[in-house]
Amino acid sequence: MSKQNQNGVLSGEFFMQGDIACAEGAICAGCRFFGGYPITPATEVAQRMSERLPLVDGSLRGPGAPRGPGMYVQMEDELASIGAVLGASWAGCKAMTATSGPGFSLMMENLGLGIMLETPCVLVNVQRGGPSTGLPTLVGQGDMMQARWGSHGDYSIIALAPVSPQELFDLTMHAFNLSEIYRTPVLVMTDAEVGHMTEKVVIPPAEEIEIVERRKPTVGPDEYLPYHVEPGEWVPPMAVAGDGYHIHVTGLTHDERGYPATSDDSAQWPLVTRLIGKIEENKDDIIMLEKDRIDDAEVVVVSYGMAARTSLWPIQMARDEGIRVGLLRLVTVWPFPDEEIRALAAQVDRIVVPEINMGQIAREVERCAAGQAEVIRVSHPGGGIHDPQQVLRTIRGAARSGV
Amino acid sequence: MALETKHNQLGGTLEAEGEPEGLDEKIHGRHPLDDLLRTERLPHIWCPGCGLGTSLTCFLSALRKSELDLEKTAVVSGIGCTGRVAGYVKLDSFHTTHGRAIPFATGLKLGNPELNVIVFSGDGDLVTIGGNHFIHAARRNVDLTVICINNFNYGMTGGQAGATTPVGGITTTSPYGNYEYPFNVSGLAVSSGAVYVARWTVLHARRLERAMVEALLKPGFSLVEVISPCPTGFGRRHKQREGLDTLRYYREHGVIDHDADLREAEIGLGSSFVEGNFVNIDKPTFLEQRAEWLAQSLE
Amino acid sequence: MKYWREPLDLKDIRIPHGEIHVLVERCKGCGWCVEFCPRDVLEVSDEINSKGYHPPRTARPEACVSCGLCELLCPEFAIYVVEEEGEAVIL
Repeated sequence: MSKQNQNGVLSGEFFMQGDIACAEGAICAGCRFFGGYPITPATEVAQRMSERLPLVDGSLRGPGAPRGPGMYVQMEDELASIGAVLGASWAGCKAMTATSGPGFSLMMENLGLGIMLETPCVLVNVQRGGPSTGLPTLVGQGDMMQARWGSHGDYSIIALAPVSPQELFDLTMHAFNLSEIYRTPVLVMTDAEVGHMTEKVVIPPAEEIEIVERRKPTVGPDEYLPYHVEPGEWVPPMAVAGDGYHIHVTGLTHDERGYPATSDDSAQWPLVTRLIGKIEENKDDIIMLEKDRIDDAEVVVVSYGMAARTSLWPIQMARDEGIRVGLLRLVTVWPFPDEEIRALAAQVDRIVVPEINMGQIAREVERCAAGQAEVIRVSHPGGGIHDPQQVLRTIRGAARSGV
Repeated sequence: MALETKHNQLGGTLEAEGEPEGLDEKIHGRHPLDDLLRTERLPHIWCPGCGLGTSLTCFLSALRKSELDLEKTAVVSGIGCTGRVAGYVKLDSFHTTHGRAIPFATGLKLGNPELNVIVFSGDGDLVTIGGNHFIHAARRNVDLTVICINNFNYGMTGGQAGATTPVGGITTTSPYGNYEYPFNVSGLAVSSGAVYVARWTVLHARRLERAMVEALLKPGFSLVEVISPCPTGFGRRHKQREGLDTLRYYREHGVIDHDADLREAEIGLGSSFVEGNFVNIDKPTFLEQRAEWLAQSLE
Repeated sequence: MKYWREPLDLKDIRIPHGEIHVLVERCKGCGWCVEFCPRDVLEVSDEINSKGYHPPRTARPEACVSCGLCELLCPEFAIYVVEEEGEAVIL
């Protein structure tokens, strides 16, 4: 049932570990550069990439460029990993790295550079218990706020939260497409449980996979401005090194030409508002949610990743007991679905938010609910999944107090 | 709550007026290297008597002489006065984060091996905060040309001590004299595996230019350490109030010795120091090693 | 130039000669070109450019051998030499 096409890209049905599915998803999306550093529980992504990339043929730099096998490079630390990923993206490659909490913290400065330069790339965080070295081999979801606010300064970011190895495969592929459309690093915020569980993963044949490439300039080098957008547009076309456009890009606040403009705030206004706006103003196209039995619900569970998965059984048990409970699963955690949560809070009286952290996304839910619904956290400091009985009791309690 | 203003309606205009800038040919004339410079951003920000302008001139002249394809040449720099070099060259150039120019350059080179990738940054950026990346890129023998401008301090922030500040050096963070041992940049490079190492002061401009040509054409990790005056951040605290005084100091204290033992090539205050074309060996680059091993193992 | 003995091919070798161009408005008065010119062609002038610096002037233009050291040393892209016909006058 499974096969490799002539370029080494897989398709078919597999029994696959989450981390490995992530690597394969990247390869299907056209990723041919991986800057790695080992860290539990993300090491398997790097290992798989180091094994598979040299075997996957196919242009290192998108259609039209000379073919060559994919590039895996073991960098000396996570800062170098994300730095190399940015460089590779500016050479025209689709590039990715994978890490966990401690490495994620190290990558923050260069993540900011990626955002400021508007560099398409994917950063996978297989979350584990924290803070600090924490619980290297056990699940956590404690980096969710850091995903949004981890780097300094104002910006917006896209972060996806898969719930199974299949979804980790799908969302990694989707992350590459989003990063190319919006010219931004995209975060895949998975966790040690999803990353290390082994399940059925179906990889569609290459013809059925949609791959998006970054927009290239339509004008010549003398007219091209690296950060100019037409009115109503948000994302500038991207010329890369070697295209003959002699671009200059900098992490300093810059004008349309890419040149530093740091004497006053005149360039800061349009730049920062566009960096934020290109994601926030396009939320409708970016946000993905999964809704289950919300329409008649009196209590809704809002969750993501592993915590959403372990809520499925309690929700079903509660339904069997006659409680009208539904699930709103955030597949996209950032940008946050403000309007949907606000609408939900108007419809129901109680929202239950289980997460494997001490209440990070719950704060966002509380913010959007603005007192219209009571938000009940089911916190967990990390190191294990929720006890389904505890979630069930919380749902029962939420339903009862509404009566 | 949507963002209340659209990106093209807020505060300033999109064509931001940044620093007043630009050379006018009628006023400023035309220099033979102007077509490699972004003249709309000149005059540069460096102080009178700074060696960066000279280093850049030698570099651009060397680039011409090397006959590399300029459409496939990229310059990556970090943060600092030297880091501003990327903004003045009319090539694909990248002004990245402090200390992290080398990993970015590695990604650029490995992502598109046809590119000629040059890292042009300062001693603080490359061997202090960026030290780890420096030694690893040398270890891997990635095909990069690294030009390290060594002015013995962090100049842009006002002259603080760094990993190359000589013992006794007075800086704003070593007001009683620096008591830490400094790095010997050339020694660090060769012991990490660099295949080409040269050190010249900006006074020895012709030899510096020639070393840069060799480094540009050399496959593998090639380092040119450039000893450069920083009158504002460093020189004036050491009785060298102008760049000219520092150049006279180089003339007196610089000793050309291509066979110097790099383990003893430190630069101290007031003592003589060696310069020269120290190392030029042949060793397979990262990409060559990789190609050979993969071919062997995947057969 | 004093020779220990006159070289046999002295009449056959042409000593190059250059014309120096100073881009006065770019100069920041560092003095390097004046100090290190091997033929002492340049000196600091009394003029001031619009930034208040004293640019160099060619005091002995006939002595320039077009070595290009001033062009290479200048940190401001403010001076360059163009090789000309004729010979330098070696003083």
